Amino acid sequence: MSRQEYETVMGLEVHAELSTKTKIFCSCPTKFGAEPNTQVCPICMAMPGALPVLNEKVVEYAVKAGLATNCEIERNSKNDRKNYFYPDLPKSYQISQYDKPLCKKGYIEIETSQGKKKIGITRIHIEEDAGKLNHDEFGGGSLVDLNRAGVPLIEIVSEPDLRTTEEVDAYLKKLKSILEYIEVSDCKMQEGSFRADVNVSIRKKGETKLGTRTEMKNMNSFRSIIRAINYEIERQIEVVDKGGIIEQETLRWDEVSGKTFSMRDKEDAQDYRYFPEPDLLTINLSEEYINNIKKSLPEMPESRKQRYLEEYKLSEKDAGILTSSKYLSDLFEKASEVCGNYRAVNNWIISDISRILNEKEMEASEIPFTAEHLGHLVKLIDKGTISSSIGKKVVEELFENQKEPEEIIKEKGWIQISDEGAIKEIVQKIIESNPQSVMDYKAGKDRALGFLVGQAMKETKGKANPQMLNKMFAEELKK
Amino acid sequence: MEITELTVHELQEKIKNKELTIKEINEAYIKRIKEKEPDVQAFITELTEQGLEQAQKIQNKIDNGEKLGELAGIPIGIKDMICTKGIKTTAASKMLENFVAPYDATVMEKINAEEMINLGKLNMDEFAMGGSTEYSYFKKTRNPWDLSRVPGGSSGGSAAAVAANMVPWALGTDTGGSIRQPASFCGIVGLKPTYGLVSRYGVIAFASSLDQVGVFTKDVQDCAMLLNVIAGHDEKDTTSVDIGKKDYTKSLQKNIEGLKIGVPKEFYGDGINPEVKESLNNAILQYKEMGAQVEEFSLDIAQYALATYYIIACAEASSNLGRYDGIRYTYRSKEAKSLKEIYKKSRSEAFGAEVKRRIILGTYVLSSGYYDAYYKRAQQVRTLVMNQFNEAFEKYDIIITPTSPTVAFKIGEKSSNPMEMYLSDICTVSINIAGLPGISIPCGVDKEGMPIGMQLVSKRFGEETIIKAAYAYEQKTKFREKYKPTFKK
Repeated sequence: MSRQEYETVMGLEVHAELSTKTKIFCSCPTKFGAEPNTQVCPICMAMPGALPVLNEKVVEYAVKAGLATNCEIERNSKNDRKNYFYPDLPKSYQISQYDKPLCKKGYIEIETSQGKKKIGITRIHIEEDAGKLNHDEFGGGSLVDLNRAGVPLIEIVSEPDLRTTEEVDAYLKKLKSILEYIEVSDCKMQEGSFRADVNVSIRKKGETKLGTRTEMKNMNSFRSIIRAINYEIERQIEVVDKGGIIEQETLRWDEVSGKTFSMRDKEDAQDYRYFPEPDLLTINLSEEYINNIKKSLPEMPESRKQRYLEEYKLSEKDAGILTSSKYLSDLFEKASEVCGNYRAVNNWIISDISRILNEKEMEASEIPFTAEHLGHLVKLIDKGTISSSIGKKVVEELFENQKEPEEIIKEKGWIQISDEGAIKEIVQKIIESNPQSVMDYKAGKDRALGFLVGQAMKETKGKANPQMLNKMFAEELKK
Repeated sequence: MEITELTVHELQEKIKNKELTIKEINEAYIKRIKEKEPDVQAFITELTEQGLEQAQKIQNKIDNGEKLGELAGIPIGIKDMICTKGIKTTAASKMLENFVAPYDATVMEKINAEEMINLGKLNMDEFAMGGSTEYSYFKKTRNPWDLSRVPGGSSGGSAAAVAANMVPWALGTDTGGSIRQPASFCGIVGLKPTYGLVSRYGVIAFASSLDQVGVFTKDVQDCAMLLNVIAGHDEKDTTSVDIGKKDYTKSLQKNIEGLKIGVPKEFYGDGINPEVKESLNNAILQYKEMGAQVEEFSLDIAQYALATYYIIACAEASSNLGRYDGIRYTYRSKEAKSLKEIYKKSRSEAFGAEVKRRIILGTYVLSSGYYDAYYKRAQQVRTLVMNQFNEAFEKYDIIITPTSPTVAFKIGEKSSNPMEMYLSDICTVSINIAGLPGISIPCGVDKEGMPIGMQLVSKRFGEETIIKAAYAYEQKTKFREKYKPTFKK
């Protein structure tokens, strides 16, 4: 049977690292990229006798995430132990939440080519991250790095409401943008601070019963999530078409081969033996506490988008792109404030900056330059110090080298030629060396003027003031 | 009187009166350890040399006219379940045979802040699992009253060291009776405080919701003094409670006129040795004579406490002991060739039989399909136990029970029968289940001269009441003046 005859049902488990300064149960820093085992203490190393103390910020951030995704907040929540052995889990249990998550029954709204749709959030709970195993290049074994052990996470579990990869993509982008907006996670996929496991099952169209699902792990970009889903859907269809049965199992996505592999056999079926964490008290939240967090929530993507449509009269598409990321939309607002020309700032972000981000496979949060830099660049163009084609080069340069645009153009000698005498000299030179085009222009072919201006730009490496060039050519050619 | 026979408050008197110096006191204890340790076997790690150096330093400070705390230079012994920075902390297990703690437990910081001198880490049942100290990986401690008998457990080393006058007092831990039962077997005072009164930070976890650090002393006054040192809220242990600073020595009063005592009849049933019962009945009569109002009542839920205890304690232990996995600071099997083998072989080779038994039990009761029938049910019973105790304490100030159904038994008598061993906790476990404070004080000896202990229990944070009741009885009966360990072979 073909893919069209099947419906895909998907649910996502997203793990987002919270951007608290310290870990969830101790005061070790959470900074990414430190030397192995330098951000550890008796607590996160699970020394005998060490006890956890819950970081209040973690609860606050998780409640924020819950409120931003329309969840109910549990007034009496608790922590539970999830028991299993692995070298990156020093206590041999992960402190997580089992039957009383902090947040439940929420939803977020996504927009796809098919229109708007609500995706249910089953629950959001807090838990600790595990350490990392690194391959030992010298000894041949594995080395344990516990810097990440105890970094706070929220796990956001969706309902199986997703039907297409487009919806999955939209859901993940929306979720990521919400978490960025409320500033609880930096959501850097490369650093693993935003990870998604996908549950996939298929069923015949019209069927109401859910098919057996498989869970895929280890995808570290939106692109590989979509690839993995497509691969897994095809695999499941093939199994079913051949009369086989889908096994409920956990699969590991391998980016290199583009395939999924079974992670563990059934013999090893895990029984996590959850039970309430006796070292921690229950988490009791007052109405006042929850209301205060509610009040502190910032403007969310939808209302920001609405504001851009009304206040700035941006197009639906542009407003959507800008507000899809807090970083982009903050860049837009701050740079506009610096230069007073929001249309130009919008154009730079939508066209050149977005293109470069795409090419470099970077996320908006990784834009290396500041809003001041962008604002100053727009100002330089508006003042006529440089042309917009030089502006493009400056933007490229800003991704490499975070200096003031003014400094960049000085260093590179990109300042626009606006001196009338100098422009005249260039125009005369171009006219002399292109008699055919001059004749064409005089014969009524207006396009020839464009060619001549282009030649002049080429001659000056783009530095000539284009308005002045146009004007000067028109005058000279009339003669 | 020998220096080592004195209580700490008596030592303080003599220091104050310049009859004794810190150095003399420590030298006397170290000499005593040299004499008695070969018979008693209470220490896993002796710290006598460091102790002597420390004593000299403190003596120098005093000689230079420095003002020090009242407990500066007083020796102490520490159960090897409590982390001591730079000193081996083994939990009496092969698993932690070479583990040197990189930090001090909060109670240790408090002991150090007083400048007390730690003369050694004391023996115990492995990971505090047992009631006789026979399950130590290192050695079997003997009861100073009769060296062929156990000192009780799990804190048997602490109890024996105090009873043998090798240290004037000691710290222990109590999860189901591990302070009170050995105190009873060794004829000394042992207090398990209310769950939450003393920080558990840095104390190796056995069963997190039951564990509590407590004290072994020669008399009730010392007990109040040492409790003053270790009690108090700790930010590093969120289960510790902030009730403000109390001075428990203020409760050392002889007048207990009108004290309401409840006697739960279920604790005086068939399982209790007749001589123990008789001794308890005499003690109760004594209380009546002193003006207390005594009433018998029923605490029938207590019959379920032992089963409840073993489910909860083993469940928590099975999880708490997971960290001893052969990966970091623990024993690792040399035979292991894969990750699975590191876990299996290291844990098989380094845990003793009793520890394995409890890990298996605990893993079983938490398994999916069994959780509701065991762990969840046990938690529900736990609530009922608490409720019935709470009701009782609406009527009574304290409850009196035997500490243990018997006196100290012979080495080897019960070590091969876990069920027999578990039954020796029958009087103490319900107190941990309910999180209450309990003290064991000596109330007599049996025909063979072995000490019998009486347990006084009060409501949560009712330490002052039990200290008062225990002190009044002790002052009246003067057990310590009548009976002494004989080191009978």
